[in-house]
Amino acid sequence: MTLTHVIVVALAMFAIGVFGVLARRHVVGVLLSIELMFNAVNLAIVAIASSRGALEGGVLVLFGIAITVAEIAVGLALVLVAHRVRKTGALDDLDTLKG
Amino acid sequence: MRDAAFWILAGTLLAAAAAVVTARSLFRAAFALALALASTAGLYLLAAAPLLAAVQILLYTGGVLTLVVFALVIAGGETEGARWRRPVPSLATAIVVFIALARIVGRAGLPPGPFAGVGTGAAIGRAILSEYLVAFELLSVLLLGAVFGALLLARRDRAS
Repeated sequence: MTLTHVIVVALAMFAIGVFGVLARRHVVGVLLSIELMFNAVNLAIVAIASSRGALEGGVLVLFGIAITVAEIAVGLALVLVAHRVRKTGALDDLDTLKG
Repeated sequence: MRDAAFWILAGTLLAAAAAVVTARSLFRAAFALALALASTAGLYLLAAAPLLAAVQILLYTGGVLTLVVFALVIAGGETEGARWRRPVPSLATAIVVFIALARIVGRAGLPPGPFAGVGTGAAIGRAILSEYLVAFELLSVLLLGAVFGALLLARRDRAS
């Protein structure tokens, strides 16, 4: 297990997340895919920071995790509001803002 | 031993990640995400960052999974019809992103050598409460704002 291995895994997870964000049909699925991308970035940060023995990487990831949990709380609140107003979570039907 | 653990964790991680974007039921996708996050915590352990592994499981996996399952119970997670929108362009974009990032990382070069760790919990805690105190306080304001924002948005009886 070297740094390269971990980075390749992180890149693959990020790419899978990109696919999910673009291809998922339900809002919650897109949020889950965003989490996947975020987690991939965290993994890359931790691996690189750890191979350099850098304390800052750990601090950055801790802050990042806290921010993400806040983000997903607000995101899911938005999903609930969208569901209440439009009675759907399918992205194809949530296109009011799409000129 | 470490190599075996790495391959098992990496395989689980990528399989779970694939399940997140392919599962028809969003409940399954949410639990696959939890599995992916938990295997990431295992990789943090292998990368000599035990504190981050603990935070990953306690805060991230637990928090995200609870919130998502709550939202799915209320809003329902099923969509009928095709599994994906625009699967082919999405897959092409994902592959291009992977290749582009791999090339950038390859050009930048990665430091070799073993994982030295990102510092003990005590060291990270001291850094957060001294050097990064402003960021820490801003984070607490952000969390407060997120709590109020989520409550305000999700309230049923808001005057509109």
